[in-house]
Amino acid sequence: MFDMLLPYLLAGISVGGQYALIAVGYTMVYGILRLINFAHGDIFTAAGFFMVYLVAALPLSISVPLVIILTVILGFLVERVAYKPLRTAPRMSIMISAIGTSYLLQNLMWYVTGGLAKQYPVLPWISDTVRIGSASTKVVTLVTPVLTVLLVIALVMLINHTKVGMAMRAVSKDFETAQLMGIKINNVISATFILGSALAAVGSMLYFTNYSTVTPTVGAMPGLKAFVAAVFGGIGSIPGAVIGAFIIGICENLMKAAGYTAFSDAFTFALLIIILIFKPNGLFGEKTAEKV
Amino acid sequence: MKKQPLWKTLCCVAGVAIIFFLAWLAEETQGASSMLVTVLKKGAVYALIAVSMNLLNGFTGLFSLGQAGFMLVGAYTYAVLTIPLAKRQAVYQYYAGGCITVEVNFIVALVLAGVVAAIFAALIGLPVLRLKSDYLAIATLGFAEIIRAIVQWDSLGPITNGSNLLKTYPTFKTVMSGSTVLFPFIVSGICIGIILLLINSTYGRAFKAIRDDEIAAEAMGINLFHHKQMSFVISSFFAGVGGALLAMYQGSLQANAFKSSMTYEILLIVVIGGMGSVSGSVIASFLFIACSEWWLRFLDNVTYINDFQVPLLGSGFRMVVFSVVIMIVVLFFRQGLMGDRELWNLKIPKRKAKQEVTKA
Amino acid sequence: MSSVLRVENVTMQFGGVVAINDLSMEANEGEIVALIGPNGAGKTTAFNCITGVYEPTNGAVYFQDKPIAMNHPSGKMKHEYAGEKGDMYLGKHIRMTPDKITALGIARTFQNIRLFKSQTAFENVLIATHLRRTSNVFSATFRLNYKEEAAMRKHAMELLDVVGLADLAEEKATSLPYGKQRRLEIARALATKPKLLLLDEPAAGMNPQETEELGAFIRSIKDQFGLTIFMIEHHMNLVMDISDRIYVIDFGKLIAKGTPAEVRDNPAVIAAYLGVDEE
Repeated sequence: MFDMLLPYLLAGISVGGQYALIAVGYTMVYGILRLINFAHGDIFTAAGFFMVYLVAALPLSISVPLVIILTVILGFLVERVAYKPLRTAPRMSIMISAIGTSYLLQNLMWYVTGGLAKQYPVLPWISDTVRIGSASTKVVTLVTPVLTVLLVIALVMLINHTKVGMAMRAVSKDFETAQLMGIKINNVISATFILGSALAAVGSMLYFTNYSTVTPTVGAMPGLKAFVAAVFGGIGSIPGAVIGAFIIGICENLMKAAGYTAFSDAFTFALLIIILIFKPNGLFGEKTAEKV
Repeated sequence: MKKQPLWKTLCCVAGVAIIFFLAWLAEETQGASSMLVTVLKKGAVYALIAVSMNLLNGFTGLFSLGQAGFMLVGAYTYAVLTIPLAKRQAVYQYYAGGCITVEVNFIVALVLAGVVAAIFAALIGLPVLRLKSDYLAIATLGFAEIIRAIVQWDSLGPITNGSNLLKTYPTFKTVMSGSTVLFPFIVSGICIGIILLLINSTYGRAFKAIRDDEIAAEAMGINLFHHKQMSFVISSFFAGVGGALLAMYQGSLQANAFKSSMTYEILLIVVIGGMGSVSGSVIASFLFIACSEWWLRFLDNVTYINDFQVPLLGSGFRMVVFSVVIMIVVLFFRQGLMGDRELWNLKIPKRKAKQEVTKA
Repeated sequence: MSSVLRVENVTMQFGGVVAINDLSMEANEGEIVALIGPNGAGKTTAFNCITGVYEPTNGAVYFQDKPIAMNHPSGKMKHEYAGEKGDMYLGKHIRMTPDKITALGIARTFQNIRLFKSQTAFENVLIATHLRRTSNVFSATFRLNYKEEAAMRKHAMELLDVVGLADLAEEKATSLPYGKQRRLEIARALATKPKLLLLDEPAAGMNPQETEELGAFIRSIKDQFGLTIFMIEHHMNLVMDISDRIYVIDFGKLIAKGTPAEVRDNPAVIAAYLGVDEE
């Protein structure tokens, strides 16, 4: 029994870690702007394509950091172009802009790639196969959870112990007051997008090593699932997003083990709806009261 | 709001009649397979779907992203009920001819498409409509995905044909002899007319009150949940009918096409037309379809002028240009084409300026 | 004189903050009752408890002797806040949503004006007539209710006339000057056909002249529509001029009640408004 489940569990933990790296980006942006950044999944896909094209021309040791840098620039630009002009607009407008941006990025990637699936480059070591008990898997499966946890710890330290982190916490508590206290809101928001995009870039390397092909719309589903994970853990809470992501990754793969592959996506959304109804603030979210 | 004067109503009726006549004329002169007729047909279908989404997002202020799901339900209800019995064996070849042994008239099926979508909406609305803005968006998006998964589920194959194509049901070509373009125009026209009547009724005013200020609306005795549910169900009814029309337009049907990107497209149409403007949504639908299917086609073809290759042009460039235009509208023309006004309420700016002068 | 509104031992706690503490008030038919107190004393919170926006942590609210809100903290709160008659509400729980309470006959205005932004003055009032409809969505859509619709429009127009905004009916509500927006809110509240009207700072932002007119206006609508009026107000002249009785609260607690003359001379009230000399 356990032998049968083991490969699914491993895959679940691995994909959970990859979701976690995306989910952190969602939850940080939501914490500050109260915005579902629909384009985040596409930024993740773009990171995949950057890798495909860079590896073709440059050695790996240069292309890996370059992918992260390019993704960060993309995330930064998306914020500056699509969200910043709408700072004072109603929330619905910003969300529509996010959806429009996602649409634009997908179409742009389709144009550049010609709509064909691209083979993701084989990264040394993490693409190697290892055996655990009776299951064989790629090294990336084992690396992902460790790397995820390390990165998230680093991020939490950054948020708790640096000036930028303090500013982020202040802005997410109260946007207007933080602004009055002299915090440069735009810099903080940019920093949030930069950190989120960097993590998404790392997540994409791990994810595509596992799934090996990149298409323009491939990021939409993991993006949505990562968002669900963020809601599940309590949006705005980084540890919550990570735990939520692991739970979703594992549950999804257990569904596959049970033979309901077709429902593994639907299950994630069912989980979301159940959580929203019974515990709208997620596992670790803060309660907010509406003022009349 | 004053009552519409009679001449204005007559003008509107005449306008609609002229549009219908022009559509019919276009098919007579251009032929049924011309680009213009294709755009007219698809545009009419999208107009209904966009208006139904606008009822929810623009008039009631509920940010729902479940439209593709309800269209899917409508489309499948229509197709499953209208495939001729004789052809079931061929269509449901993997499921021994399917398990449904009734065939209904296409008009009845069209109504049922809406009814079934509305029933789904009523059930989904119970838990979901208590959620606030973006949570509502993501939950409805989730439901649309769940519906899509269920329809493709192998165990439901005898009903839905799983992930295989549904075909041979009545389409625009077969339901009305002589014209393929009039049927979608008539159905969409009637449905949009009903939505307009609703919006201008006392219930429509209550919807707008909820959009403007939920707390004040509730304090004026408007039951929030009841009215949101009503708007959600009615919107889904028409999305279901729209989905059925889309199935008729396409001629064959597969659940995979009803992805969240379809909802996004419709949302963008609504935004371009103006949240809270029915005529805006209709105009934007035709423009959107015309641009994506026809006017911008040349951007997809590698073109040479003499020996010079025009840069950038190539497969997929059309959609890039298109989405950039949409982003420009979203960012800089947030009101869209019409804002929350209607075509027939537009004042001529000159006259308005004059009025203000005399008032001062 | 029958009781219209009775607030009994109501306590409202938000986290660690006790916004209202064991507050009891009443208003009888035909009275104008004022609730006054310094900023942040909990006046609007009291209104929100009456209209169902908040569920009181403890206590009960009765409208025409029928309970519309009742709650007992049962462990949610420290015993000291359960009030004198705390045990009365043990095991009882009544909560009505704001729309139900409005349907019973309590209408309100808002301190920070909440008109329907995209609608004209006329439409704002017309929307509030929706509550007393008899048509369903089907008959309304297909205009089978045209008689009722005409009656609604007539009623809305009459109310605009009562508040003196008839000639501004087609203006966007938010383009009206401040004082007129407040009057429009009153017209909108009247359109729900209330028995009790709650006014939250109706004179805020008005000049002395307008305030004086408002006093006469409140009296006249009270008589014309047979209302009972309960209002929050800061303008002492207005309060002293038109109220039958006054309640004074500070830090959520009732510190004085009585006729205008009694309240004016009450040392606790003077202390709350002017501060206490430490010596």
